[in-house]
Amino acid sequence: MENLSHLFAAYAAIWIILFGYIWRLRSRQKTLQQEIALLQQRLAEDREKRTAQGV
Amino acid sequence: MSARPFFAALVFAAMLVALYMVFIYVPTEQQMGVVQRIFYFHVPSAITAFLAFFLVFVASIQYLRTQQERWDRLALCAAELGVVFSLIVLITGPIWAKPIWGAWWRWEPRLTSMLVMFTLYVAYLMVRAYGAHPLQTRRFAAVLGILGFANVPLVHYSVHLWSPELQLHPRQVSLEPAMVYTKYVSYLAILLLFSYLLQWRLQLEEGTQRLAWLRQQAEDLFPAERG
Repeated sequence: MENLSHLFAAYAAIWIILFGYIWRLRSRQKTLQQEIALLQQRLAEDREKRTAQGV
Repeated sequence: MSARPFFAALVFAAMLVALYMVFIYVPTEQQMGVVQRIFYFHVPSAITAFLAFFLVFVASIQYLRTQQERWDRLALCAAELGVVFSLIVLITGPIWAKPIWGAWWRWEPRLTSMLVMFTLYVAYLMVRAYGAHPLQTRRFAAVLGILGFANVPLVHYSVHLWSPELQLHPRQVSLEPAMVYTKYVSYLAILLLFSYLLQWRLQLEEGTQRLAWLRQQAEDLFPAERG
């Protein structure tokens, strides 16, 4: 089975690229969800405060 | 915001079947040996990159025509995925070429046009990432997305367009039936993966726009915290 190392290298490269991209998407998704949740919480708190103040 | 679990399971199953066929089911090609098995993911990745850039082309036309942001989002997400799959092609190609041609790279028509295509769409993503004025950037990127697509048919038909003396890629490849089935299953698996990733990437882009809208609202409400 000559050139087996080339076959291994090619498929390793494919999975590294794909999983690297998927990892990047996951981390972006996590950051985005955290930021959206934080902003929504702040906006809701502000709305409650204004309602309480009768603004 | 998470991508659909059923779709993820389908992609995973298709990948497993494709890998089983590539490494166990399909016989080893006589002339090239085991490295020919690289082609079962190399060629579908190239076709998927072409499809992604075609989507960029269509979405860019639609964006310029309608000014609807959903087309701009589709163009951006498809371009990013096209670059990912082109990178797979550009890395696996030389790994196959070394034992077969005796060199990692040759400046022959298909390889060169593929590299040009990759560079063009990396430039497209750089314009998107570093453009200063959002509206102008989107318009400029749309024009680039339309003009850049002119290179895609050149890559695909490069083996027919340039003289045979310049070519290292064969014009036609004859495969045994088992190899043909494996090739089609790999096409299906990679296309499903592409659809899944595109859907996920689009959801992220929508989330990014929602975040920008929320930030704007927060800035309007808390002007003292600006800057």
